[in-house]
Amino acid sequence: MINIFEVNETNKMIEQENLDVRTITLGISLMDCIDSDLEKLNHNIYQKITTVAEKLVKTGEEIETDYCIPIVNKRISVTPAAFVGAAACRNPEDYVTIAKTLDAAAKATGVNFIGGYSALVSKGMTAQDENLIRSIPQALAETDYVCSSVNTGSTRTGIDMDAVRLMGEIILQTAERTKDRDSFGCAKLVVFCNAPDDNPFMAGAFHGVTERDAVINVGVSGPGVVKRALEQVRGESFEVLCETIKKTAFKITRVGQLVAMEASKKLGIPFGIIDLSLAPTPAVGDSVADILHEIGVEYAGAPGTTAALALLNDQVKKGGVMASSYVGGLSGAFIPVSEDQGMIDAVKADALTLEKLEAMTCVCSVGLDMIAIPGDTPASTIAGILADEMAIGMVNQKTTAVRLIPVIGKGVGEMVEFGGLLGYAPVMPVNPYSCEAFIGRRGRIPAPIHSFKN
Amino acid sequence: MENTVDKTIITVVGKDTVGIIARICTYLSEKNINVLDISQTIVSGFFNMMMIVDMTASAVPFSSCQQELDEIGAQLGVSVKCQRAEIFEKMHRI
Repeated sequence: MINIFEVNETNKMIEQENLDVRTITLGISLMDCIDSDLEKLNHNIYQKITTVAEKLVKTGEEIETDYCIPIVNKRISVTPAAFVGAAACRNPEDYVTIAKTLDAAAKATGVNFIGGYSALVSKGMTAQDENLIRSIPQALAETDYVCSSVNTGSTRTGIDMDAVRLMGEIILQTAERTKDRDSFGCAKLVVFCNAPDDNPFMAGAFHGVTERDAVINVGVSGPGVVKRALEQVRGESFEVLCETIKKTAFKITRVGQLVAMEASKKLGIPFGIIDLSLAPTPAVGDSVADILHEIGVEYAGAPGTTAALALLNDQVKKGGVMASSYVGGLSGAFIPVSEDQGMIDAVKADALTLEKLEAMTCVCSVGLDMIAIPGDTPASTIAGILADEMAIGMVNQKTTAVRLIPVIGKGVGEMVEFGGLLGYAPVMPVNPYSCEAFIGRRGRIPAPIHSFKN
Repeated sequence: MENTVDKTIITVVGKDTVGIIARICTYLSEKNINVLDISQTIVSGFFNMMMIVDMTASAVPFSSCQQELDEIGAQLGVSVKCQRAEIFEKMHRI
C-alpha cells in the first residue's frame, strides 16, 4: 500500500522541484502521402497529420489532470521531408510549400512544434536532399512551428563534408533571414551525427524511415529533482552519489513510462520509447549546470566538469534503463546554454567556453546546443565547428548535434533573448583562426576503423 | 502487488482547522466515493492527510470531483489534490 511519505515525495517533486514530462511526441510516417503532384502531396500531408494527431493535445491534457503532472509539450515528428517531397519538389521553393503545410497542420492540431523538415545525408546528398537543405533558411523564416534537422554523418558512413560545408552557409543564411528576431530561425535547426530515428525532443525530432506508421515517444525531464536529491548527500562518496542519481532517474523515468502507456492506450497508437533525458529549462532550479555544481564544481566549465558530467550521464542511463524496457532517443543529460540558468551564469562568469562545451559533448547525450555566437562568424568557421562535433560523434559511436545561433548584428558579451523554453544567452567568443582550406576540400571523411564490425 | 486501478489518492495539506476530514468525507459520501484508507499527521500545526479512495461507483466524473474538492479546499484554507494512484505506485514500487 502506498504511504503518505511516498505520496508527499512525489508531489514535492512535481510542485517544488519542477518534475514534469517534457514532451509527448507523436511520430507520423508520411510515406503514404507521397505523390508526384505537389498540390496533392501537400493535401495528403495535411490530411494525414490532422487526422492522426487530432486528439493528441486533448489526450495530453487529460493525462495531466489524472495525475496532476505537467506535460509541458505536445509535439509531432514526421518522416524527413527530403524523402517525402523527392518526387514532387523540383526546387527549394517547392520544398518550402511542404514546410508551410507542416506549419498549418501543427497549428490545426494545437501542438507547439513539428519536427522532420529534415534530410539524412550522412554519406551523400541527392539533388532533392540538396534542394531541401537550400530551402531551410526560407522555410524557417516563413513558418512558426517547423523544426529542421540534417544528419551529416554517422559512425557507419563517415562524414559528408560537402553537406557540412553547405550547412555552415545555411546556418548563416537562416540567421540572416531571421535577424529581426535575434536570428531565432537557427534555434529551430540542428545538425546531427548518428541521429536517432526515435528522438522525441525538438528541434532534432523526426520520424525515422525504420519506424512504423505512427508511434508515441515520450521525453521525461527533472534536473531539479536530481539536484534536490544530491543536496542530501553532500560530501558523501562517489558510490553514494551514483546510487542517489540512479534511484532518482528511476523514479523520474517511471512517471514517463506511465504517461507513455496512458497516451498510447488513449490514442490507440503504439508506444515507442522513453527518452530519459535531463532537459533543463530557464526556470530557476531546473538546471543541469546546478547538478554539476552540486556534484562539486564551482561553475559548469571548471576543471572536473567533464568527469562530473560523464558520471551524471551514465548514472541517469543506468537508473532509467531499469525503469522502462524501451529506452531510446537521446537519453542522458542535455547541456544547452540558453535554456539553462546555471550554464548562462557560467558563461557570464567566464567559466565556460565553447572549447570546454565541446569537451563536455564527448560525454553528454547530445552536443553543442543553443549557443549564441557572433553574427560575423564566417560560414567556414561554423562548418569547422560542425565538423569537429560530427567527428566526436562518429569516432565515439554516439549522437552529437549542433545548434548554433550566429546572431546577426551582435558581438561577444551581448545578450540574446529567445523567449519561453528557449531562454536567453550571452554571445560567446569563437576561436578567430581560419579553417577555410580544410572546409574547402571536397568529398567525405571515411568511416572510422572501428565501424567495421561485420 | 495490490491492484491500484481506479484507486485515487486525495491529499490535503494546510493549516489545521476544525472539520477538514468531516467536510471532505461528507462530500465523498454524497458522491458515492468509497474511502479505503486514511492516514493523517499534524506537523507543527500543519495538517497533512492522505486518503485512498475507490471511484468505481462515483456519481461524478474524475475531473469534476477534482474541481469540486479543490473548491472545498479553498473554503477550508487548505490545498486538496486528487490524483490517480498509479503515479505513486509506478514511482515507488519496482
